[in-house]
Amino acid sequence: MSSPTTAATEPEPVPAEAPAATEGTGKSSDEHVGRSPGQLAWLRFRRDQTGIVCAVVVGIFILVAIAAPLISKIYGKNAYNLYGQDDGLLNSYGLPIAPNGGISAQHWFGIEPQLGRDVFMLLIYGIRTSLLIALAVTVLSVVTGVLYGLTQGYLSGRTDYLLGRFSDFMLSFPSQLFFIAFSPVAISLFVGVGDQEPWWVRPFVLITLQFLLGWMGLGRLVRAQVLSLREREFVEAARISGASSRRIILKELLPNIWSTILVQSTLMLPVFVTAEAGLSFLGVGILPPTPDWGLMFQTGATYYQNDITFMFFPGIAMVIFVVAFNLLGDSVRDALDPKTLR
Amino acid sequence: MLRFLARRALGAAVIILAISLITYLLFFVLPTDPAQLACGKNCSNTQLVAQIHHNMGLDLPVYQQYWDYIRGIFVGRSMPSGQSCPAPCFGFSFANDQPIWPLIQNRYPTTLSLAIGGSAAFLLIGVGLGMLSAWQQGKTFDRVASSVSLVGNSVQIYFIGPLAIALFADKLGWLPHGSDPTWSSDPIGSLTNMILPCLVMSVIFWSNYSRQTRSLMIEQLSEDHIRTARAKGMSSRYVFYRYALRGAAASIITIFGIDLGTVLGGAIITEATFGLHGLGMLAVNAVGSLDLPLEMAVMLISASSIVIVNVIVDACYAVIDPRVRLA
Repeated sequence: MSSPTTAATEPEPVPAEAPAATEGTGKSSDEHVGRSPGQLAWLRFRRDQTGIVCAVVVGIFILVAIAAPLISKIYGKNAYNLYGQDDGLLNSYGLPIAPNGGISAQHWFGIEPQLGRDVFMLLIYGIRTSLLIALAVTVLSVVTGVLYGLTQGYLSGRTDYLLGRFSDFMLSFPSQLFFIAFSPVAISLFVGVGDQEPWWVRPFVLITLQFLLGWMGLGRLVRAQVLSLREREFVEAARISGASSRRIILKELLPNIWSTILVQSTLMLPVFVTAEAGLSFLGVGILPPTPDWGLMFQTGATYYQNDITFMFFPGIAMVIFVVAFNLLGDSVRDALDPKTLR
Repeated sequence: MLRFLARRALGAAVIILAISLITYLLFFVLPTDPAQLACGKNCSNTQLVAQIHHNMGLDLPVYQQYWDYIRGIFVGRSMPSGQSCPAPCFGFSFANDQPIWPLIQNRYPTTLSLAIGGSAAFLLIGVGLGMLSAWQQGKTFDRVASSVSLVGNSVQIYFIGPLAIALFADKLGWLPHGSDPTWSSDPIGSLTNMILPCLVMSVIFWSNYSRQTRSLMIEQLSEDHIRTARAKGMSSRYVFYRYALRGAAASIITIFGIDLGTVLGGAIITEATFGLHGLGMLAVNAVGSLDLPLEMAVMLISASSIVIVNVIVDACYAVIDPRVRLA
């Protein structure tokens, strides 16, 4: 909000190219001859075992989300059939009869209490829903944040001040509460009183509202970087030699901030996934029966006393997902910018 | 210092006013009709809608409505329906036609104790762990603490909350859960009931603090003035607490201010997980009944808490780091 606060939370911008070109991590110096900064970063990343493992884990999650219908076909079940009720796998309290939440060769992760859907399918489709929504929010926020930050940093002066105050103002909204309070109003904009809600309204509102309050952080970072970059000699040289603004922004500024953008996007995605899951958990996000990661926690929290096994599948999956993304973000940063300290 | 504070307070007032205006416009002036929402699906009677409009004062011009709303908060107002609403008046809840302020008064102690207890827990645990890690840098303790923080940073309250209840309350019986007695009827009971939520909520925060504190302390310890102090023969313990911690404190306080504001505004997920009746749950429950006046009031109070805490943090910051005052 205030200038001291901003100063303390924004890290010093470090141009990506400079360190990569001057100092490598390598023992043999000829390894770096004739390689672009991107190739050097890739070399460094390949040496980072944690980074590779995390990239694989993240890749698996994304693959599972994309290939959910395929997996469903191979596995032979879907996320909507009430297997527990149809096959008599639930007792009269709606709890799985078999131990450990009804895990069996038929249902690898057991069956859901009450409705009796297959947990494995539920989880895969739930990840798909949450991941797609979070991905949309991330893409929108990154694009907006970068454009906003670039405008602020490049134009500077009065524009910078006014835009800066606006993003400060947006930051002072309590985002989770705002979402909860405002989503019924937003939904009623699309759905008339008493009408059936079309399927796209909830995801659309989730994406829009989360994006509206989610782009400011990256915008500030980009602004800070651009502000320091535009005083550098190479930008000045480009300006003196008559380069257009478009050229300066696209060829001189953007290549130097894209590592920040990449790292921040990797760190933003899990934040939006957990936020979306949190809203669904509270009952204001995705509604049942659509499978959703957060809704699984809602079910889990209702039945934890009698069927705690159910809770572990979405829970552990989410911990692995977030850990992998955070570590991957760290590795990408280290690869792109070897000077930063862990 | 006074001028600095006055400027910050003024800025905060402007922001709170702007937030109130925007939320008011979003909630009451958008094409959605709060009166229609208030009586829901079974309300097709235009006369009834007009009546509700009049009762809520929605038939007045927008600036008049907003002015009445803001004035009501400070001096109270009487609604067009004839109901009187003493200051601070946030209007009437749709759900049961009650004035909103008593509802909030009723809920705020829960939110406040959760915020104070939780933030004390995460500050103590997080900063303590981070300092120990920096002290033991590279040794086993540091590595274990780093891994724990990494996992702690990645868990969600809606996952570990039920697990903690099942383990500590149901199975081991160490901590009570589920009764949520009020502060006035059973002070000790209401406090012990808060221990588990506070500790669970602190997990997702303290892991961040321990990581930040560790790296800040390590950064500070490599500064020149620390080396000079050590070279002069000061004990490393004294330098660690007196110089390095002071250097790191400013940044920690900044993060703490943001987090404290967040939890004061209602730690919604923690409240939902533990079934606490705080401010956040008030907002969540109001969604079902489309209770816009109530949502608006909770938004305003929560945003104000965040902004006010930020001013207080800035003041603390100025005390610690004199450069800030001059900026």
